[in-house]
Amino acid sequence: MNKITLHGIYDDDQQLKEGAIKIVGMGIHVKEVFSPFPVHGIDPIIGVKRTRLAICAFIYGLTGMSLATWMMWYMMVTDWPTEIGGKPNFSYLLNVPAFIPITFESTVLCAAHGMAITFFLRSWLMPGVKAKNPDPRTTDNKFLMLLEINQGDQSKVEAALRETGASEIHVC
Amino acid sequence: MNQTFTFTDKAKRLCYLLMGIGFIGLIWGYVRDSNVPADMAGHYNHNRFWANMLVNSFFFMGISLAGTFFLALQYAAEAGWATTVKRVMEAVTCYLPVGLGLMVLMLVLGEFKAHNLYEWMNSDLFTKGTLDKPNPLFDEKVAHNHSYFKLPFFFARTLGYVLVWGAFQRLFRRRSLEVDLNGDANHIVHFKNVKSAAIFLVFFGFTSSTMSWDWLMSLDVRWASTMFGWYTFSGMWISSLITITLLTVWLKKNGYLEEVQESTIHDLGKWMFAVSFLWSYLYFMQFMLIWYTNVPEEVSYFYDRIHEFGYRWTVWPAFFVNFAFPMIMLMSRDAKRNYGFLVIVGCCIFLFHWLDVFNMVMPATVHAHWRLGITEVTLFLGFLGLFLYVVLNNLAKAPLMVKNHPFLEESKHLHI
Repeated sequence: MNKITLHGIYDDDQQLKEGAIKIVGMGIHVKEVFSPFPVHGIDPIIGVKRTRLAICAFIYGLTGMSLATWMMWYMMVTDWPTEIGGKPNFSYLLNVPAFIPITFESTVLCAAHGMAITFFLRSWLMPGVKAKNPDPRTTDNKFLMLLEINQGDQSKVEAALRETGASEIHVC
Repeated sequence: MNQTFTFTDKAKRLCYLLMGIGFIGLIWGYVRDSNVPADMAGHYNHNRFWANMLVNSFFFMGISLAGTFFLALQYAAEAGWATTVKRVMEAVTCYLPVGLGLMVLMLVLGEFKAHNLYEWMNSDLFTKGTLDKPNPLFDEKVAHNHSYFKLPFFFARTLGYVLVWGAFQRLFRRRSLEVDLNGDANHIVHFKNVKSAAIFLVFFGFTSSTMSWDWLMSLDVRWASTMFGWYTFSGMWISSLITITLLTVWLKKNGYLEEVQESTIHDLGKWMFAVSFLWSYLYFMQFMLIWYTNVPEEVSYFYDRIHEFGYRWTVWPAFFVNFAFPMIMLMSRDAKRNYGFLVIVGCCIFLFHWLDVFNMVMPATVHAHWRLGITEVTLFLGFLGLFLYVVLNNLAKAPLMVKNHPFLEESKHLHI
C-alpha cells in the first residue's frame, strides 16, 4: 500500500490539540507537530516519550564533579602541596571547604554544556544543517501536524482535520 | 465542592493538646532549669528555658514573616501559578501578629532583666570605670557598638519592624477578603495590593537583615557576619514554604482545594528544592569565608559551636540534612509530584531548620549546657500547637478559593 505525507495546518493551538486527539483516536500515528511556541499538553497526546535529557544532565554533573575533585586532589594535594592561608594541603578531606566552590562550578559547567550539546546533537541543530521544518510559517503563527498515512485513509483523515478546524491541508 | 475549611473538633483538640503539653513544658522547663552552672555564674538565669522560648518564638514568627514576604512576592511579580493556594499562604501569614508579639515580649522581658539572653542588655558592659576602679565587665569591642544597642534606638527599630510588617500583613489580608466579598471592578483593589507589595518588599529587604542582627546575631555580641541576615532570611523562607506545601497537601488529602493542580504542587516542590539550595549556599558561604580567613574574632562563632561547646552533632546534621535530603529526594520531577516524598522531606527539614535556629541561639546563651530534652520537645510542641491553631482558625474564616482574582483562571489551568 502506498504511504502519503499529509500536512494539516491549524491557526490555533487548542484546535490543534483537539485534532490530534481525534486523529490518534482513529488509530493513526501523528509523526510530528511543528509550532511557533511550546504547546502545553500536546506531548502525551501524540505519544512523545518523556525526555531523558535529565538523566544525561545528572551523569554529566557527576562527571564534572569527579573531574574537579580529581584535578584539585592531584594539583593541590599530591603533585605540589601548597600551603594557602595556613591551611596545610596534605589532606584533601581537611581542606574540603576550599574545594567546594570549584567542584560546584565544574559540576554546573559540565552539566550545562553537556546537556546543551546533547540536545543539539540529538535534535540535529547545528550550523549549516538544513532545517527540517516543512513549512516556515510554523515559526510565526501556524501549527502544523505531520502525518504519514496509507492512501486508503486519506479521505477520512482529511475530513477529521477539517472537522477540528484545520485551515489548510497539503498532500506531499 | 468543599469551598470552606471546617476547623473540626478533632483538629482543635489536637491543637489544645499540643498547647497543653507546651504549657506543662513552660512550668517544667522553668522549674527544672534552676541550677546555675559554675562556669556561667552571673550570666545564667533559667537561660536554657528562656533560650528555648526565643528559639520557638523566632522560628514560628519567621515562618509567617517569610510567608508574608512570599505572598508579597507573588503580588509584585504578578505571578499566576499560586493563586489557588493564596488562601493557604494568607492563613500562614495570619500568625504574624501573634509571633511578633511574642518576640517583642521576649525582648521586653530581657530589658527588664527577666532573662539574661542578651548580654548587651546589661549596661555594665559599656561603662569603662575609672583608672583606679576599672569596670571588670567592660568590653571595649562591645562598647564600640554602644550607640547601636542603646535602648531607645533598639526598641524604635524593633517597634518599626513589628508595626510595619504587621500593618502590611493586615493590609494584604483585608484587601484580599474585600475583593472576595465586594468584587473588584478593573482589579483596582488587587493592584493596590501589588503596589503595597512592592513597597513591603523594599522595606523587608533591609529590615529582614537588621532584624536578624538585632534579634539573633546580637546574642553573640562580639561577632558579626554580613551574611547572617540572608542566611536567617533563607532559613525562614524555606520553613515557610514547607509549611505552605504541607498544609496544601494535607488539605488536598482531606478533600479540599480540588482546583489546586498537580502542577501547583510540583511548583511548590520546586520552591522547596530551590530555597533549600539557597539556604545551603548561604550557610556554606558564611562558613567557608570565615573558615578560610581564620580571623580569631570571626572564627569564634564556629569554634564555639563545633569545638568549645560541643554542638558538633547538631551543627553538622542541620547542615547536611537540610542540604542533602531535599537535593537527593526532590531532584526528580516525579518526586515533586509525589505527596509521600513531599511530606517526608518536608517534615524532616522542618525539624532540622528548627534545629538550625537552635544552633544560632543556644551556643551563645547556654554555652555547653545544652540538651535536646523534655524542655525542648514540649516547648516546640506547644508553639506548634499555637501556630497550627491560629493558622487553621484563620483558614476557616475565609473561603479556601479566592474570588475575583485576575489570575485565578490561569492558576486553575496551570500546566507545567
